[in-house]
Amino acid sequence: MDPRRAPRTVSDPKVRQVGFFAPGAAIPDRSQSGPPDHISSLPPTIADLSPSGANSLSPVMIPPPRHASAPLSPLRRDTVPVGSYNASDFMPATSPTAATSSSDDVAWVGRGGRAGAASSSFPGGGFDMPAASSVPASGLTTVSVVNLPPGLSEKAGVAAELQNDRTTHSKPLKEKMTKAERRALQEAQRAAKAAAKAEGGKAPPASSGAVSSANAKSAKAAKPSSQKNDNVTVAASEKKGSDRPPEKDRKKDVPQPRMQYDDKSRVEKAKKRAVVKQTEARNRVELFRHLPQYEHGTQLPDLESKFFQLDPMHPAVYKVGLQYLSGDLCGGNARCIAMLLAFQEVIKDYSTPPEKTLVRDLTAKIGSYVSFLIECRPLSISMGNAIRFLKNRIAKLPLTFSESEAKATLHSDIDRFINEKIILADKVIVKHAVTKIRDGDVLLTYGSSSAVEMILLHAHELGKQFRVVVVDSRPKLEGKLLLRRLVGKGISCTYTHMNAVSYIMHEVTRVFLGASSVLSNGTVYSSVGTACVAMVAHAFHVPVLVCCEAYKFHERVQLDSICSNELGKHFWFL
Amino acid sequence: MPDVQALVNDFLNKLKKRKIEGSQATSRQTAELLRSVISQQRVPYNNQAGALIDAVKAVGEQLIAANPVELAVGNIVRRVLHIIREEDLSLTTAAMAGLNLSAVSDDEDDEERDDLPVLSAAVVAAAARSTLRPPSLQTLLEDMPDTAAIPHTSSSGGDSEGKSKSADKSSRSRKLKHDVIEAVNELIQDITTCHEQIAEQAVEHIHQNEVILTLGSSRTVLEFLCAAKEKKRSFRVFVAEGAPRYQGHLLAKELVARGLQTTLITDSAVFAMISRVNMVIVGAHAVMANGGVIAPVGLNMVALAAQKHAVPFVVLAGSHKLCPLYPHNPEVLLNELRSPSELLDFGEFSDCLDFRSVTGSPLLHVVNPTFDYVPPKLVSLFITDTGGHNPSYMYRLIADYYSADDLVVKRRTTSGN
Repeated sequence: MDPRRAPRTVSDPKVRQVGFFAPGAAIPDRSQSGPPDHISSLPPTIADLSPSGANSLSPVMIPPPRHASAPLSPLRRDTVPVGSYNASDFMPATSPTAATSSSDDVAWVGRGGRAGAASSSFPGGGFDMPAASSVPASGLTTVSVVNLPPGLSEKAGVAAELQNDRTTHSKPLKEKMTKAERRALQEAQRAAKAAAKAEGGKAPPASSGAVSSANAKSAKAAKPSSQKNDNVTVAASEKKGSDRPPEKDRKKDVPQPRMQYDDKSRVEKAKKRAVVKQTEARNRVELFRHLPQYEHGTQLPDLESKFFQLDPMHPAVYKVGLQYLSGDLCGGNARCIAMLLAFQEVIKDYSTPPEKTLVRDLTAKIGSYVSFLIECRPLSISMGNAIRFLKNRIAKLPLTFSESEAKATLHSDIDRFINEKIILADKVIVKHAVTKIRDGDVLLTYGSSSAVEMILLHAHELGKQFRVVVVDSRPKLEGKLLLRRLVGKGISCTYTHMNAVSYIMHEVTRVFLGASSVLSNGTVYSSVGTACVAMVAHAFHVPVLVCCEAYKFHERVQLDSICSNELGKHFWFL
Repeated sequence: MPDVQALVNDFLNKLKKRKIEGSQATSRQTAELLRSVISQQRVPYNNQAGALIDAVKAVGEQLIAANPVELAVGNIVRRVLHIIREEDLSLTTAAMAGLNLSAVSDDEDDEERDDLPVLSAAVVAAAARSTLRPPSLQTLLEDMPDTAAIPHTSSSGGDSEGKSKSADKSSRSRKLKHDVIEAVNELIQDITTCHEQIAEQAVEHIHQNEVILTLGSSRTVLEFLCAAKEKKRSFRVFVAEGAPRYQGHLLAKELVARGLQTTLITDSAVFAMISRVNMVIVGAHAVMANGGVIAPVGLNMVALAAQKHAVPFVVLAGSHKLCPLYPHNPEVLLNELRSPSELLDFGEFSDCLDFRSVTGSPLLHVVNPTFDYVPPKLVSLFITDTGGHNPSYMYRLIADYYSADDLVVKRRTTSGN
């Protein structure tokens, strides 16, 4: 593999010319890949910093001082009160890393993809959040726009640095938080949890949710400004009350270890509470003793027979559970939306029993429904985050609300969550990502990801000339569905199986991958096989772009695929 | 030789239609066919080796053209050619030695044996040059263009003493064919027993409580693992199924039948599982001269994953798979694209394929390659029937098995002889 791979624009796959022809197009890395609409609104300093500009500064150039760029304002910033953004904490910490970390050869390979992404990612950049808690409320007045210049070079630098981190073989466009920011973030979370425990959960859980969801490690995950608005004020208010010593609560704030299924006592307890009877798989794989391995074939008829006996179960939740069980619903976004809509129904039909408070009872009910759904199919991380959000909102309800008001509030909260975190987020992702697609590109995608599909369809609507390679694998062969939808819209596609990735990677210019989640140590958690594709792309020096909404991010860490996983049904396989 | 021609045509048909599965079967049948060709070839008194070589080249050229991707055919053709040359060389040197010319180099004053010592010296020198030194331009120019120079010169020298030598020559001619056929029999024997010889080395590499990963199905790997099992090593095997033919399922069944603890995984899970694997053992379709491997599709991905996790990647290959050619653009030139119906059913996308893009080209392409190229830097070890080797050592084995003159198997159209 040559270190600097010449772009091979194979627009007509019938003629497979590999390596013996002169590429007609100019080297794509040099083309302006920044989004024209954003860049045009920014002063020329940004364009200068984009390395693909004609008057480009070198990537190691130290960005101009912030005051010079104060008038900069990306579109979204205008509406944000930016109370908690503290760029002063942020910038000096990161610019040295930017200056030192971009190595020339490594940086340039990814340049076309990264820098453009970096320059266009600011409206969504959540990296201004982490400095939230360490600043007293009075100091929260600086404008966050200054993040742009350091962020640009920092992102490019970090992206280049990321290429050296081979641990995960995933290349999200993310920023690395310095120690100060991470500590600040942890303080915020700890404080949030402490306040929640102390005050019976008023403001902080929302902010902790906001902070963790604002951990936008992927620059593509944009957060709508109104959402930030809400969280910012909440964060500002709770910071005042978080002066209690954080050390006491340090232990409690470590995320709860997940249930390990080789712990017999806990498994027994869980079984007693279980609604769905699971029979253990006969041939258990020892390596996965810590994960549940059950025979899935028996559950569906079992559940159906129990339908009329399950009084506490709401039919909407039951329906969603059955859909999970049978595999009709798959995909993080779809499952999450379905679950939230079912919960909306639950709330609508809910009535507080006498001598119980709405908050506690509803939370308990939701908890029991969630256990049922887990038994049908283990939760995805997006669903987990959504449930946490819902529980926070329930806990946050002012005690003065009447039942109907509370229900209406929750209903609108759920609507807003779906709208902002999923639908609008997807729109922003698509808008950014289509700028990464140039004419003549050959894009590879794996499996079936809703975000990537939207990107491809939108790019096609915009009239870009590209073709798609869909890589598929067993057992679910989800790529076929994606293929059908793409071909139906008229996009020229090539279809292969996972093993042929090495063969087809010669022709590919970009890889787009979807993710189920992005974890705190930067690993991308996605359907099995994504890592293979990313690894082969890396070996062939093809840029890999991961598209993930911010609400799917999670604070836990994971080293490899064995630590935590979901074991699929074996009848899908054999 | 009509019956030989019929055999050749029959074999050609099978090769063209890809009816023979596996390089071992192909090699064996090729060797047997060439043996028949040789045994039925009539050789003249002079230049027997040349005639044999020509005949084998003629047949070999057709065989290689029938299935160029099946490198084992070319390998065996070249092996047989090398055998012919070697046997002829050893016979010549033996004959020359037998004519009592040990003091040949110093006796140049003797007129009676003027021709003979000179010839024999030249012959011996030429023979020595060709065996000991790799072929250089000089040696190629010194020898006659027809590489069967040795019998030629000996025959020219033999004109003066033709009658005295005729008896020798006829016996030598019979002996040459005989020797060649014996050597080809040995070759067939080697091909047939390569699995056992490779499996003997299994104990050195597989130890207790190890986890082995493999992909697809290879008989060599199966024998290898079972040999280790016989020696009471208990280990586990992860078998990746190997799309699109899913032969991993067959291998898994076989291993379970022989009592090995096996786990079957999808190809996409290879990267996920390889962090828990101690060694990757795979078979190969062909091994090229630079140490690169033409392997069933998917193995490049496995090799990359193994390199990332520092897991040794071991390739098992019989010596009939060793090819003296260097791979140039092997993904394209040494690859075969199989039917797309293995991936998509033919009628599956008929409803959405009527939509034509503006250019009129079809919207959906399906790519189903058969082989993958694994570069030598990703391979840790080759285990052949001659032992374990580094990828950088493979070119040396080529010198043992093949002659440089045979790299291009083409019948000489210009007959200078």
